[in-house]
Order: sequence, then C-alpha cells, then structure tokens
Amino acid sequence: MIKVLKISIGVFIVALVGIQFFPIQRNESSKPPGTGFIELYKPTPAVKNILANSCLDCHSNQTKYPWYSHVQPVGLLLQYHIEQGKSELNLSEFGDYSDRMKKDKLRSMISQIEDEEMPLPSYLLIHKEAKLTVNNKEVLLEFLTKLKSTF
Amino acid sequence: MKRVILFSTLFAFTLAACNSKSSNQSNSEHEHAEGHDHSSMPSKSMKNESSAQKSNNTTVILDAYLSIKNALVKDDQGAARKAGAALAASIDNFDISSFKASEQQELKDILEVAKEHREHISNSKIDHQREHFEALSKDIKDLVTIAGADRTLYQQYCPMYDGNKGGMWLSASDEVMNPLFGSKMPKCGSVKETISMK
Ligand code: HEC
Repeated sequence: MIKVLKISIGVFIVALVGIQFFPIQRNESSKPPGTGFIELYKPTPAVKNILANSCLDCHSNQTKYPWYSHVQPVGLLLQYHIEQGKSELNLSEFGDYSDRMKKDKLRSMISQIEDEEMPLPSYLLIHKEAKLTVNNKEVLLEFLTKLKSTF
Repeated sequence: MKRVILFSTLFAFTLAACNSKSSNQSNSEHEHAEGHDHSSMPSKSMKNESSAQKSNNTTVILDAYLSIKNALVKDDQGAARKAGAALAASIDNFDISSFKASEQQELKDILEVAKEHREHISNSKIDHQREHFEALSKDIKDLVTIAGADRTLYQQYCPMYDGNKGGMWLSASDEVMNPLFGSKMPKCGSVKETISMK
C-alpha cells in the first residue's frame, strides 16, 4: 500500500517537472499600428486602465505575463484562454472588423460585463485585481454603450 | 376539546389565508392578461408595413433561422443547436455573385456576423443561444431587406427581454410565440412590422 502511494507521488512529481519543459507560446506580437481599440477610440485613462487590468491579457496581442505563468499548468491554461479569447474578440485588431461586426462585439462586451461573465472566473482566482468593481463596471459600460450608439 | 377547537380555528385561518393568496394570484394573473391585451391593441393599429423583393435567394437560410426560432419557443436547446448547423451550411451556400457590387460587401458583412452567432447557438446553453438569436435576428432582417424572401415575415418585439431592454425576432406567422423567453413568457410581444414580398 505504502509502496503504491510512493510510486504515485513519484509519478506525479515527475509529470509536474516534465510539464515545465513544454514552453508556452508567448502572446506578445508587435501590434499592427492603427487597428487597436485604444488607438481608435481613445478612451479616458480610467477606461483604458480597466481594459488593461481586466481584459487585454486574453483579448489582445499583448499579454502581460505574471511570473507564475512560467509555472505549468498555469501558463498552459492561460495560453488556452488567450487562444479562445482572441478568437472571440481581439482588441488589438478591432479596426479590422467590419462596422457591423464592431457593433456586435460591443453588444457582446456590454452583455458579458453586465452578466459578470467576464473576466473569466478562473482568471480571477489568481488575478484578484482584475475583478471589476461596481464603479469599474459603470465607467466601462457607459463608454461602451456610447461608442456602440455611433455605429 | 379545547385543543381541537384551537387547531380547527388555526386550520380554518390557514385555509382562509391560502384562499386569499390564491385569489390574489388569479387577480394578478388576470391583470397581467389584460395588460397584454392593452399593449397589443395600440401596436396593432400602429403596425408598420414594409416590403422586400420576392425571391428564393434566402429560402434555405430562413428555414434554418425559423427552425432555431421554433426550437427556442419550445425551450429545446438541442434542436436549436442542430438548426444552428443547418444555418451554417445555408450561409456557406449563399451565392452573393448575382448581387450588385455595392450590395456584395454589405452581404458579406451580414453573413460573417450571422455565422458567428450561429456558432454560439450551436455551442451554448439556452440563455446564451437566445442572446445570439436575438442579435442574429437583426442581421437576418437586413439580409432580407437586400436579398428578399419567399414569404411574408413579421417582425415581433417583446419589451421585457434582457432586463427590459427589449428584444426582437422574425416570424413567418403574425401570432406571437416568444423565442426569447420560451415557456416562461410565451406570449410576450407584438408585431411591430409586417414585411411583405413583392
Ligand atoms: C482569462 C482570460 C480572459 C479575460 C481576462 C477576459 N476574457 Fe473575455 N473571453 C475569454 C475566453 C476564453 C472567451 C471565449 C469563451 C467564452 O465565451 O467563455 C471569452 C469571450 C469573450 C467575449 C465573447 C462572448 C460571447 O460569447 O459572445 C467577449 C465579448 C469578452 N470575452 C469580453 C471580455 C471583456 C470585456 C473582458 C474584460 C472585462 C474580458 N473578456 C476578459 C477569456 C478572457
């Protein structure tokens, strides 16, 4: 019995060490100029900060990696979220969407924020500072709603 | 004996309380029904009419769209998923080459957004399916405006959807069967616009 336990702990440790050698693909491409949400719509510093703290890690081409993202499986999970997140909404390339698509992405952002579905709950576990406060939500929603009405 | 009297009075009170509660309930239900009647009456008289071109271009897309609608009316998440797949196929087969150059870009944009909505409809829980169906409805309406349809369509609207922001959809019948609430509020809504084909 003890032997079995020792073996399984051993296997677990080897796997944990082994997984560290899978490098994650870093999402830090230099951005194509002129197509980013922030350049295009020049939000106030408050709105910009909220987006940067709470959304851009998964919805842009520039993720800010915390040190523990070098520890697996945290980094791998983040990589998976970035892939999925960017395919839904890439704020670095927002200008490339058609106007119809832009309006729909804004609709979707508003709805995700209102329903508190974003930022992803699993991300908030380790990024407590990314959680939107009541005030953050209000400021962000006001900006997005106004912007949406221009399309 | 005293006890028996005490209990029976208590019992009687409870019954009375229950009764008044249920009569209250039916009262409020009644008011509710009346409210709906009132709300649908003026909108019927103010109903907008518009027309689009009679055409078979969009038949397959509309069939798929209306199957999603019917599935959501019945709270049937699985059927909505399947109809979502049919919508994807119908969008892929839509041929824009016969349209004017000025319309082609708009059609491309519409179909691209519609395809994203259908992806969510095919991969989500029912509330999220409904959110994307509501958004999709606007794109389908714009599609019909440009490309026409083979049937009369009724644009319907329920003001209570999404925390009273309201939501719209298209139907092939003027009878309201709400896809945004399904069985929770099947009758919420009224016809806002009749789009007939010429
Ligand atoms: C940890 C990474 C992460 C963060 C941070 C994050 N998202 Fe997301 N987002 C995702 C993923 C993954 C998806 C796709 C899967 C899903 O919808 O759950 C997504 C989907 C979305 C969608 C599309 C939803 C739909 O179904 O229509 C929108 C809009 C969105 N996010 C907005 C935001 C906004 C606004 C913020 C900041 C307040 C944010 N996200 C923060 C990972 C993230």
